[in-house]
Amino acid sequence: MAIARTLAAVCTSVLVLAGCAQGETSDPSATAGSDASASSDGTLTLYSGREEDLVQPLIDQFTADTGIEVEVRYAGTTELAALLQEEGAASPADVFLSQDAGALGAVAKADLFATLPESITTAVDPGFTSTDGSWVGVTGRARVLTYDSEALDAADVPASVLDLTDPEWNGKVGIAPTNASFQSFVTALRVLEGEDVAREWLEGMVENDVQLYPKNTAILEAVQAGEIELGLINHYYWYRALAELGEDGMRAQLSFPAAGDAGSIVNVTGAGLLDGAADDADALAFLEYLVSEDGQQYFVDATYEYPLAPGIDAPEGLPALADLTNSELDLSDLDTLGDTTALLTEVGLL
Amino acid sequence: MRAALLTTPANRGAVRPSVARLVLTASAVVAAGLASIPLVYLLVRVLGAEPDAVLTALMRPRTLELAANTVGLTVAVAAACLVLGTATAWVLSQARLPGRRVWTVVSTLPLAVPSYVAAFGWVALSPVRGFWGAFLVLTVCNVPLVTLPALAALRMANPSHEDVARTLGRSRARAFLETTWPQIRPATLAGVLLVALYVLSDFGAVALMRFEVFTWAVHSAYTSQFDRTLAAALSTVLAAMGIALVWAERRLRGRESEQGSAVTARAARTPVALGRWTWAAPVVLSVAPVAAVVVPMATLLRYFTGRADTATTVGAADLASDALSTVTLSAGGAAVALALALPIGLLAARFRSHLSQVLESASYIGLALPGIVVGLSLVFFSLAVVPALYQSVWMLAFAYGVLFLPKAVGAVRASVGQVEPGLEDVARTLGSTRAGVWTRVTARIAWPGIGAAVLLVALTAMKELPATLLLRPTGTDTLATSLWRLTESAAYGAAAPYALVLVAVAAGPALLLTREAVATVRERRESA
Repeated sequence: MAIARTLAAVCTSVLVLAGCAQGETSDPSATAGSDASASSDGTLTLYSGREEDLVQPLIDQFTADTGIEVEVRYAGTTELAALLQEEGAASPADVFLSQDAGALGAVAKADLFATLPESITTAVDPGFTSTDGSWVGVTGRARVLTYDSEALDAADVPASVLDLTDPEWNGKVGIAPTNASFQSFVTALRVLEGEDVAREWLEGMVENDVQLYPKNTAILEAVQAGEIELGLINHYYWYRALAELGEDGMRAQLSFPAAGDAGSIVNVTGAGLLDGAADDADALAFLEYLVSEDGQQYFVDATYEYPLAPGIDAPEGLPALADLTNSELDLSDLDTLGDTTALLTEVGLL
Repeated sequence: MRAALLTTPANRGAVRPSVARLVLTASAVVAAGLASIPLVYLLVRVLGAEPDAVLTALMRPRTLELAANTVGLTVAVAAACLVLGTATAWVLSQARLPGRRVWTVVSTLPLAVPSYVAAFGWVALSPVRGFWGAFLVLTVCNVPLVTLPALAALRMANPSHEDVARTLGRSRARAFLETTWPQIRPATLAGVLLVALYVLSDFGAVALMRFEVFTWAVHSAYTSQFDRTLAAALSTVLAAMGIALVWAERRLRGRESEQGSAVTARAARTPVALGRWTWAAPVVLSVAPVAAVVVPMATLLRYFTGRADTATTVGAADLASDALSTVTLSAGGAAVALALALPIGLLAARFRSHLSQVLESASYIGLALPGIVVGLSLVFFSLAVVPALYQSVWMLAFAYGVLFLPKAVGAVRASVGQVEPGLEDVARTLGSTRAGVWTRVTARIAWPGIGAAVLLVALTAMKELPATLLLRPTGTDTLATSLWRLTESAAYGAAAPYALVLVAVAAGPALLLTREAVATVRERRESA
C-alpha cells in the first residue's frame, strides 16, 4: 500500500502546485481589449507563430522601451490560426504574429481582425503587406535552393526551379508541400507561368521522384546529411543553421535562383490586431514597434530576414530585396491559395 | 418469522447493489460523456459544414491511399508489438535469465522516450524512412505497452496446464499457445489495442519519417487550407477506425478468463533452460531498448557535445522549472484519468451490460485522434462551458485525462475483474461491512493494477505535445514544449538536454511500473 500513500501525496501536491501556477498566470478573460473604453492597461496578450528564441528578445526590448508587459503564447502559426478560429470573439489574444501571409489571410477571412490604422500599414513597402489593412507585413523571406556542396558545385545548381524536372535530378530534390512558403511559391508559379506550366512542373516533379519533407528544416538537414542534393527552402533557415553549426558545419550551401524565376519569390511574415483589441493602445504600440526602425533592425540582426520598412539595410551577404522583387508579380495576387492546394492535392502531393 | 429471517439479508442484498449500481452507472455515463467531448466536437464541425464539401474531401482517391497507409502501419506495428512484447514477457518470466530484474527494468525504458524524439534520432543517424522508418520507431517505442500486461498476466497464469500438455507430448510452442496463451490473451490484447490506437493518432514520428498517413492529411488540412471542416471530416475517419479497433479487440479478447486465478494454488515454477538458444534471450530483450533509447540518446548527446558556441544556452533553472511543471501537470492528468476511469472500469467489471460496453468503448476514442483535434475540441468545450478555466492548468490536466483515459479504463476493469466475487462474499460473511470489503479486499487486490495504470497515464502525459501547446496557460512551459521550441528553431544542441531530462523524468514512472509488476505478484501470493 506504499504506492497508494505515495500517489495520494502526489495528488495533493499536484492540486496545491496547480493552484499556485494558476495564481501566477493572469485571468485570460481580463486581458486588454475586452473593455472597449479602456485604451491602455499596460499589458497585452500576443499569440506568436514565430519562435520564442527569435521573438522573445524583441519583446523584452519592447517592454523595456515602453513599460508594456507582453504575455506571449507560442505555438505553430497554423495551430494558432486554428486556435483563433476556434476561439472566435472569445479569444484572449490581442495581436497575432504570423510566420506567413496565408495564416493572416485565413484569420482575416474569418472576420477576426480589426482594420489597422494607416500609420502602421504605410510604414512598410506596399508590395509586402495586406491590400485592405487587415494585417501588416513585418519581414521578408526569400525562396532559395540549398545544395549539397560535396555533390555539386555552385555552377551545377540550376538557375530556374523549372529545370528540376530534368531526369538528372531524379530522386535528388526535396520539397515540403504542406509548408506555407512552398505553397506561396507554387501560387507564384501559377500566376507567373500559367496554370498549365505549374501543373506540368508539379507532375514532372512527382514523376522525377521528388522527396517530400514535413518542413524546411527537415529539407536542410537532409541536404546536410547528403540524403538529397537539392532542396527548396527559405533563405534564413540556412543562416540559422550556420549560426548553430559554424562555417565548417555547413555541408549545405545556398543558391539564389535567377531574378524573375518563381523559385526566387519573397514571402512575408506579418501581424494583425484582433477585433476585440481594436482600441487597445498597448496592442497598437506593439504593432507600431514591429515596423519601427528598432523592430526592423532586430529582425535583420537576429533572424537574417529582409526588413520591409524603407531605409533599413538587408542582412549582409544577401542579394538586395529590390533585386528579388519580381515586377510582374503583385503579392496580393498570391491570395488564390485554395486553387494551389487543390492543384497540389490533384497531383498527389497533399 | 423464520421465513422473514431468511429473506431479510437477501432483500438487503438485492436493494443495496441496485442503488450502488445506479450511482455507478450515472457516474460512468458522466465520465464517458466527458471522454466523448472530442467526438461530439467532430460531429458539430462536420454536421455544421456543407455536406458536399465533406463528401468531396472524403471521396478523393487520396483518402483511400492514406487510409491504406494508416491501416497497414497500424496492423504491422500492432502485430510486431504483439510478437515482440509477448516474447519479451515470456523470456522475462519463464526463461532461466541472469540479471532478470535489470532486464525487466530495461525493457520498460522505451516508454520514457517520446516517439518524435526516437524518430528524430533515427532520422539524424540513418537513411531509414517511410513505412519502415515509422514501423521501426512506433514498434520499439510502444512494445512495453504489450510487454508489461503480458508479463503481469504470465506471472499470474497457472503453469500446470502447460506442464500437462508437455507431458502429453506437445511441443513447447504448441503447449504455450494451447494452454498459457488463452490465459494471458485478454491482458496482452488490451496492450495491443493501446498500441494500435496510438499509431492511429501519432503525427510526430510519421511526419519525421515522411510516411503519409491520415494524421498527415489532418495536419495538412489545418496547415495549408486552414480548413477546420476538412480536418474534422478526416478525423471522423480516424475515430471510426478507432472504434473498429476497440470492437475487434473485444471480439478477440473473449471473456476475461483470469477471474479467480488469484487464489489458485500453484506449484513452484522451474525456469526454462534455453539451451542452444541462450544467446537469443539478450537479443530479444535488447531490440526495443537499444532502438528506442540508446540510439536516440546517443544522437542527442552527439548534438549536445558537438554544438558550436552559440547564444542558445541552457539554464539549469529553466530545466528544473520545466521539469516541475511537467511532473505536476501529468500527475494532475493521471488523477483526472483515474477519476474518470474508476466508474467506467468498475461498471464494466462488476455490472457487465450493453451499456457498460458502450461507455467503455466511448472512453477509448480520445486516444485514436490526433492531439491537435482533441486540443481544439477542449478549447471549444472550455469556452462554451467553463470559460473561467480556459487556458488554465485545470483544463490542461483535464485534457490529459481525456486523452489517456483508455490507458486507465482497461486496467481498472481488469484489476477489479481479477478479484473473485466469492472472496468478497467470504469477507461479508465474516462480518465486514460493504465499505470494509471494498477497502480491505477489493481495493487491496486491485490497487497495484490501478496504480500501474495511473503511472502509465502520467508517463504518457509527460510526453504529450500538440494538445499541450493549445491548452497550456500562456507563458507556461513543459519539457515537451521547450523541446518543441528549440527544435523548431533548429537549435538541436540546446534541445538535447531537454530531451534527456524528459526521458529521465519519464523513466521515473517507468521504473515504478516494473516495481509494480513485481509487487503485484508478491501481494497476490500473500493474499492467496
